[in-house]
Amino acid sequence: MSDKVSLFLGCLIPNRYPGIEKATQLCFEKLDIDCKDLVGASCCPAPGVFRSFDEPSWLAIASRNILLSEEMERDVLTLCNGCYGSLAEANNKLKESSKLREMTNEHLSKIGKEYKGSVDVRHITEFLFREIGADTIKLNVTKPLGLRVAVHYGCHLLKPSRDREFESIERPTFFDSIVEATGCKSVDYPDKMECCGAGGGVRSGLSDSALSITNHKLSRIKEADVDCIINACPFCHLQFDDGQKEIKTQGGEDYAIPVLHFTQLLALAFGYSPEDAGLQFNVTDCSSLEEKLVHEG
Amino acid sequence: MLKGTASLESAIENFDILKCMQCGICSGSCPSGRHTVLNIRRLVRRASHDPAVMEDESLWMCTTCYNCQERCPRSVRIVDAVLRIREIAVHQGIILDSHRKVASLLLETGHAVPINEENTERRKQLGLSELPPTVHSVPDALMEVKKLLKSCDFEEIVED
Ligand code: SF4
Ligand code: SF4
Repeated sequence: MSDKVSLFLGCLIPNRYPGIEKATQLCFEKLDIDCKDLVGASCCPAPGVFRSFDEPSWLAIASRNILLSEEMERDVLTLCNGCYGSLAEANNKLKESSKLREMTNEHLSKIGKEYKGSVDVRHITEFLFREIGADTIKLNVTKPLGLRVAVHYGCHLLKPSRDREFESIERPTFFDSIVEATGCKSVDYPDKMECCGAGGGVRSGLSDSALSITNHKLSRIKEADVDCIINACPFCHLQFDDGQKEIKTQGGEDYAIPVLHFTQLLALAFGYSPEDAGLQFNVTDCSSLEEKLVHEG
Repeated sequence: MLKGTASLESAIENFDILKCMQCGICSGSCPSGRHTVLNIRRLVRRASHDPAVMEDESLWMCTTCYNCQERCPRSVRIVDAVLRIREIAVHQGIILDSHRKVASLLLETGHAVPINEENTERRKQLGLSELPPTVHSVPDALMEVKKLLKSCDFEEIVED
């Protein structure tokens, strides 16, 4: 593993939540992280849908994204659990199986490319935790936030555990520790490790099923009385942010809980404004959070 | 049908479906099953003997959270099997309309969720490039993605 990375944006961040892309740029500048855009990358492709449709196509498109980073001699850095799951699992499969590698390289030869298996795939939270460290993050914080937050790890950051190396999948702490480095309190809540409901193609295929899972999770978070939800995945982010509106529209509860990707929280702690981090583009209003930050500041 | 049935058998073998002892730890851990008709314990049993499992809509209610697979005392590779059974189903033309739509977006744009006007505007306001540095701003890169999908017969697999 290396601390030189290429940034894989995926679909949802650049095309639906560009504030997360902006916040990431601001944070990397501040932390002096050697990161270059992975120019010409595509959809990872989304594991829940495309892997379910055809595994060879999933591997071919994923391997192209990875080899673009191989050409730059950089590890791939993802900001999304779905992209991370997809690319890390495809990478492991291809590294392990010469048969799959041959099949995939056969497809890649038609565009004059070859997958070598020379780089790793990283996720922003474990990258910051392992390569930068909570202490260094804390040293760079200019505006300790003092918020009570509900941390949502999401599923594919941690599972399947065979493709990942974390201390625990049932009670992990690394994400909480970098969140707390910003001066926030990570509040424990029931079903903290549960799914947001969006994954596996459920949101796109059977949105009501997805929403009922989301509603359950939101009701647990509501009980914990927090200022916002912090996630590490734009798909969970979308599901919580947009899902609150959908639940309300269908006559359900009006949760009104602001939703932030970790990079947006970090940008705030580094002294950037909510507008710099794109919070004004969230579906669920963030003004309660902004007021709190003004009073703290 | 033959191809699908044969693959279902290999899925049963490769993912240790027959080791299931019907303990129900999987369904007890399932966030989807609490709120939907998905009963993953029953689905695993059905997969072991009934090819019609491919038409079971609850196959698509699994969020692939992996709780069940992580906790299964018999190490049944439950989610890997769900993904494979879905794949066999799709190859037989059993696919949700909304999923077909997502597939066509990938085929056309290289993104499952492509850019729209609202977000080029937001990007500008944030001081980002109007189009992201992905296939969206590199036409040759999009051509590569299209060629790869063609090489994999992806369009034939997901079309009507
Ligand atoms: S947890 Fe494993 S053994 Fe128990 S019912 Fe589920 S699949 Fe079968
Ligand atoms: S992976 Fe699917 S079946 Fe298994 S616990 Fe999660 S939602 Fe339920």
